[in-house]
Amino acid sequence: MLARIALRDDEVERLTGQLSAIVDNIAKVSEVATPDVPATSHPIPLENVFRPDVVGQMLTVEQVLQNAPDATDDRFKVTAILGEEQ
Amino acid sequence: MSDITRLTAADLAARLAAGELSSVEATRAHLERIAAVDGDVHAFLHVSDHALDVAADIDRRRAAGEQLGALAGVPLAIKDVLVTTDMPSTSGSKILEGFISPYDATVVARSRAAGLVPLGKTNMDEFAMGSSTEYSAYGPTHNPWDLERIPGGSGGGSAAAVAAFEAPLALGSDTGGSIRQPAHVTGTVGMKPTYGAVSRYGAIALASSLDQVGPVSRTVLDSALLHDVIGGHDPNDATSLEDPWPSFAAAAREGATGEVLKGLKVGVIRELPDTGFQPGVAASFRASLALLEAHGAEIVEISAPHFEYGVAAYYLILPAEASSNLAKFDSVRFGLRVDVPGGTVEDVMARSREVGFGDEVKRRIILGTYALSAGYYDAYYGSAQKVRTLIQRDFDDAFAQVDVIATPSAPTTAFRLGEKVDDPIQMYLNDVTTIPVNLAGVPGISIPSGLAEEDGLPVGIQFVAPARHDARLYRVGAALEALLVDEWGGPLLDRAPRLGGNL
Repeated sequence: MLARIALRDDEVERLTGQLSAIVDNIAKVSEVATPDVPATSHPIPLENVFRPDVVGQMLTVEQVLQNAPDATDDRFKVTAILGEEQ
Repeated sequence: MSDITRLTAADLAARLAAGELSSVEATRAHLERIAAVDGDVHAFLHVSDHALDVAADIDRRRAAGEQLGALAGVPLAIKDVLVTTDMPSTSGSKILEGFISPYDATVVARSRAAGLVPLGKTNMDEFAMGSSTEYSAYGPTHNPWDLERIPGGSGGGSAAAVAAFEAPLALGSDTGGSIRQPAHVTGTVGMKPTYGAVSRYGAIALASSLDQVGPVSRTVLDSALLHDVIGGHDPNDATSLEDPWPSFAAAAREGATGEVLKGLKVGVIRELPDTGFQPGVAASFRASLALLEAHGAEIVEISAPHFEYGVAAYYLILPAEASSNLAKFDSVRFGLRVDVPGGTVEDVMARSREVGFGDEVKRRIILGTYALSAGYYDAYYGSAQKVRTLIQRDFDDAFAQVDVIATPSAPTTAFRLGEKVDDPIQMYLNDVTTIPVNLAGVPGISIPSGLAEEDGLPVGIQFVAPARHDARLYRVGAALEALLVDEWGGPLLDRAPRLGGNL
């Protein structure tokens, strides 16, 4: 599932009901979104936002890892990437 | 000591500058107030253990003759969505419990540089998703006007902190009304600046095209003073505007004379029916309009036919952006990790997000991934972006005729805790008048307009101006505030019940 959230059965039931009610309510956007209307992704358009190509204030390895759930040898540590059937 | 906490930030700053009061005394008074009332209010998730040291340093620098900023020595509450190096930043979520940022948000860094004294971090709906703070993973904040009622959200902690005199100033963030709706229900002032006017760097992102950081206070001038500190271009935020900004404090002081009202055209939206609003909210709004008119303003009816689609478009755009922004909570680099014996990193990720996120966050992430998925993208997300264009056009047409638009800041006064917590759609409708402002990126301010006759609870009026005209809102807001405070014989918050048994 795209959201990457495990759900218990009772959660699935509760959220499904709420989500379908929400989807029914928000589907009304299609009433006025006719093909001639351009889409707006950003309220105040800006173009070509660059900064000078110089090294800024960087975090140290220690700072980057200070909130890591698990780390070893200056790296983030995670469990196996692939399961057995993969 | 307790009268110190009732001073406005402007008055407090003046006394500090005149040497009549030290920052240590001001900070201690607020810490004592927090200790006395925050058990009932629960505005704070964390109270700084070194605020007095920071205050003492300001006092030393002032004594040494250093030129300090206008607000130097004034205490400040910080919404937990803004990251801080010296206090945890959780954004109201279990998934970030205990997280200490390696850097400060730009607005926090600027506040520190200006000599403001951070008191602590304020409560909020988890990741700023909500209108009542009931979706905080750390329990709700209570409205100082009635502890059984909601303080608004998501920034209920910041609004309650200033309403309960626990801080004279607070920082907030507003994605669909999270500064303005809490201001409405707590009888305080909240300003959402023009999109890009205040840096979002270090604000834990909810919906990046809607989020905006802004000031929370008890008076219009105080918000303006804080806005002067935090505003302006920041190269660390790629959406930050490079415009030069005028002094908002100067605008608020000028506005308080009332001159701005002479000939001011105030737009009122025809399609926002009185029937959708609690009678006392509508009555307070009409009374404010009459007061503006009596002092030279002209009320002009305008049309904004697409505002009614705002909430629907918002609840497609926000979840879409949020589902992407919150993908970073993957249990790898920071945040909660739940062990799954023998599980892959993907199993650990899914289980950590199940345990770490609350219901509302799960709802919106699932909704967002659905709205963005192949086959639904055009119908949902694409259509919502078109509605955004239509709402911007409504604003453009309106601002061709009027200087500002006025609306009630929210449809009802503070509702009871628990009343809407399991009804997301009713919860979403709290932001019907504030959401279009975020969709268009224009600035909006909420100031107290009075108490609703049927329940005696605060009501706010929202003013909206064209993009980049934030100063106009401080002028108009300060003008109406001066007239109302004069009419009431004192600030609205003087009528709030006393908390914690002390004066």
